[in-house]
Parts: sequence; C-alpha cells; structure tokens
Amino acid sequence: MRATALRNGPSPVSAPIDTIVEVRGISKTYGNVEALRGIDLDFPRGKLTSLLGPSGCGKTTLLKIIAGLIRADGGTIAINGKTVSAPGPERAFVFQDFALMPWATVLRNVAFGLELRGTSRAEREEIARRYIAEVGLAGFEDKYPHELSGGMRQRVGLARALSVDADVLLLDEPFSAVDEQNRRKFQEDLIRLRTNQNKTFIFVTHSIEEAVYISDRIVLLSPRPGRVSQIIEPEIDRSGDPERIHRDRHYLDTVDEIWQGLKQYVE
Amino acid sequence: MALSIRTDGEAAGLAASSSRGTTGAWWEEPVVLRLVSIAAFAAIWEVAGRIPVSFAFPTFSDTMVAFFGLLADGSLASAYLSTLQPLVLGVVLSAFLGVGLGTICGLWRTGEWLLIPVFIVLQAAPVAAFIPMVTFVYGIGMTAKTLAVIILALPVIVLNTYKAVRNVNQSLLVMCRSFLGTPWQTVAKIILPDASPVIFAGLRLGVAAGFVGVVLAELLITPTGIGDLITFHRSRADYAEMYATIGSIIALSTLTLVFLQWVEARVFRPEKRGA
Repeated sequence: MRATALRNGPSPVSAPIDTIVEVRGISKTYGNVEALRGIDLDFPRGKLTSLLGPSGCGKTTLLKIIAGLIRADGGTIAINGKTVSAPGPERAFVFQDFALMPWATVLRNVAFGLELRGTSRAEREEIARRYIAEVGLAGFEDKYPHELSGGMRQRVGLARALSVDADVLLLDEPFSAVDEQNRRKFQEDLIRLRTNQNKTFIFVTHSIEEAVYISDRIVLLSPRPGRVSQIIEPEIDRSGDPERIHRDRHYLDTVDEIWQGLKQYVE
Repeated sequence: MALSIRTDGEAAGLAASSSRGTTGAWWEEPVVLRLVSIAAFAAIWEVAGRIPVSFAFPTFSDTMVAFFGLLADGSLASAYLSTLQPLVLGVVLSAFLGVGLGTICGLWRTGEWLLIPVFIVLQAAPVAAFIPMVTFVYGIGMTAKTLAVIILALPVIVLNTYKAVRNVNQSLLVMCRSFLGTPWQTVAKIILPDASPVIFAGLRLGVAAGFVGVVLAELLITPTGIGDLITFHRSRADYAEMYATIGSIIALSTLTLVFLQWVEARVFRPEKRGA
C-alpha cells in the first residue's frame, strides 16, 4: 500500500512534472463581472485534476476556455506545448447537459466525433461499440437517448469523448444532472476507466466529496474574481474497493479541510 | 430526481412506450378507435342526409355511389390529371425553395432583414385576393395555377423553417463545434435534423395551403380539373357527385399529409417512429 500522506499547497517543484495543459495568465470578463483573473495552472499528463469552487468562481468558464469554446480576454492555453485558441482533436468535451442528438441512436451519438472527422462507417462503429462496452452500455447501441436514464445518457457522452481518442478529456459537471445512485456508480467507473485509459482528465465539479473521491489533484478556485486559491493533492489509495474510499481517514480529512477553506465564500 | 433505485440495465422510457399497446383492451387500440371515428362520422352524415338537412345535401351512401361512378367513367381521373400537375409542381417548388430560403434567413442576419418581412406580410395577407391578379398577368394556364399554389404554400414554409433554424438547440451546436464539425456539417447534421419537426409542421401547413391554392385557382379562374368538376356538378344539381369530388380532394390532401409525417419519422426523426 502506498503512503497516504496528505500534502497541501503547490506541488513540489523537485519532481519533474510532465505538463500537458498549460494555462498562462487567463482572464475573462463578462460585461462588468470579472469571471477569471490571471489564472496560471499546469495540468500534469495522465492525472485527473478537478476544478472545484463555489458557483461564480468561473470553473466552467475556465474549462470552456481550455476547450476552445470560449475566447479568453487575455492569456494563453497550450496543449502539448502548442498554443491553441479553438477546439482541437487532442481535446474532447463531456457536457453537463449531455448534448446528445435525440434523433440518433447511442451508436451514432458515440461515433459522432469520428463521423465529423470523416472516418468510414464500419471503422467508426467498431470503435464506438468498443467504448460503449467500456462505459457499461453494451446492448444499448440501438436505443435512443430518450429511452435511457440520465446516468446512462452521460455514459453515452463519455463514450463519445473517449472514442475520438483525445489526450485530454474535459468534463463539465458531468454528474450534476444524474441522480445520486447513478452518480456513485459512475464515479466508481470513472476511477476504473482512468486506470485503463491513459488520459488526462480535467473535471469541473462543485461537490467537494466528488472532487476528493476521484481526483489526483484539486484546484480550488475562489469567486469574484475567479482565482486559484489552493492546490491540493489528496493521496488516497484507489487501487482497492472504491467503496472503501468513502471511509478512508484521509478522504474524510481532506473533505473537511476543503470545506473549512470554502466556507468563507458561502453566504 | 428519481426516487426509485434504478439499476444500470434498466432503461427508463422503455416500459412506458411498449406497454401501451399490449395492456389495453382491443377497443383501445388506435386502429380500432380511428375506424370507429370514421364510421361514426359516416353514420351521422347518412342520418343528416336522410332527414334531409337540405335538398342539396346527399347521404353518405349516395355520395359513395357517385364517387365510384366518377371513378368508373374516368372523369375523376382526367380532372386529377389536370389538377395534380400544377399542385405537385407548386408544392415541390415551395418545399425546396421554402426550406432553402428559411434556412438562409435563419442563419444569416442580412437575409433575415431582406426576406422575412415580405413573407410575414404575405402570410398575413388574404392571399386568395392575389389570384385574379395572377390570372391577369399569366393567363389561365398551368403557370397561373402553379403560382397560386406557391403563393399560398411558400410563406408558411419559409417562416416555419426560419423560426426552427433560429431556435436550434444551442448546446448541440457547441457540441458539434467541440468535435470539430465544419459549418456545412453543422447545418446538415445538427441544424436541419434538430429543426425538422417544426420544418415539417410548416410543410404540412404549406401543402394543405397548396391544395387550397389549386382549388381556388380552378374555381375562380381556370375552369379545369377538380375545381371545374365541382362547378360542373353543382350547376347540374348533381349534389352527390359534387360532394364525392370535394371528398376526394380532402382525402387526397389528408393522405399527402400522413405521407409527409411518415417521411419525417422515417428520414429525420426515427426516435419518434411508433410514438
């Protein structure tokens, strides 16, 4: 078993970190509301980093700027060392509201990213079937979104993002429209998926428990204007039964500590 | 949020959609109910005709006999031959032109300012008043009849398409962009399928208006086709034949609309099949 020490503050500079996403001086203003001010962040390759904070801290805005879906007023985003300002093949997005095409089957929805890239039908459907099975939806390929529960719909959204084989998966509060039981199951599956898929995950959430439960690294943002207030690396052993994590001391301590830090922003 | 504990394999909507047909009694079957509705209408018509409501109001059975008579002597066929040409031409032109113009106006602000006011006025105007003017300019031939169909059918198709394209689901547009869809792919794969229910509602209204247009043109200006057949039988006081002719064009219009609905479910919104 790994040492389960809890380290706070910025990650140690001694170990060379392989950074995949670099955020430099990002700022964004909506009207006269300053959503983000001078955000500098490095996202390490192959890790799951959560952006956590109260509503209004600009976490979704930051994620969409990284995705290239919103233009920042200042600053740059670099993926694998290359500056980007629009969506690209190295990033894939999972939407809060699923964004599935109601007229398309699960199979076509999952294969849609590849369809847009001009992959042949046989090839993209083979890939899509693999990821549909990967997220636990085998047998539902020919169903339509309205025939699925919220949790299953978001699995379709996740399979779609996985099937374009991007290096970075951007998840915007993917479980907020999913009921509690399905959310638990989905979080466990996500932990399992992370070990199978060698991908970098950037995950926006407002749930402290969720962030601590699944993340290698938690970026705490403070609101008005959105700024990085703290970076936490909960070292929780996730190799065993995922159920056990909820009773892990370090899990509980980290949740409590983050809550103490965030309390001041909640009216 | 759902209170019941739902397992992963359980699809929420499945039970609701499939159980309806099997649990209801036979008299609750949609097909049976529809046939009952038609039979009840025919029965009331028959009774009203026998009272009689008016000497110019034939019974249902007389009308059916007259209908088969018109079929047998070929007058219905030759009337439709002359009516259907401008109707089909006008409806098909209106459909393509209307969906095309509507899409352009929905996507492109300048197009919207240029065209939409014209169609709003056209839709509000009692367009039938234009028909004599159309005759004045284009005579009494095929062109005039086709134009009458287009004038009536086009505005509603353009306006519905425009509204549907304008109100397209934004989150699907963002999704398409994030997965690197080109503008053409966005139109073909997201905007048109998403807009198709409202576009098809416009097409159904447009097609129905096209039928109105062609019959109006034939009644008002060019005594040919179905309009002529109606006028002819009225002038001879063959009321059963007159009603049979009117009934036949209503039936044709209805069947066309049902066919459109089928095309929509088949091609654009397969998830609504069987709903």
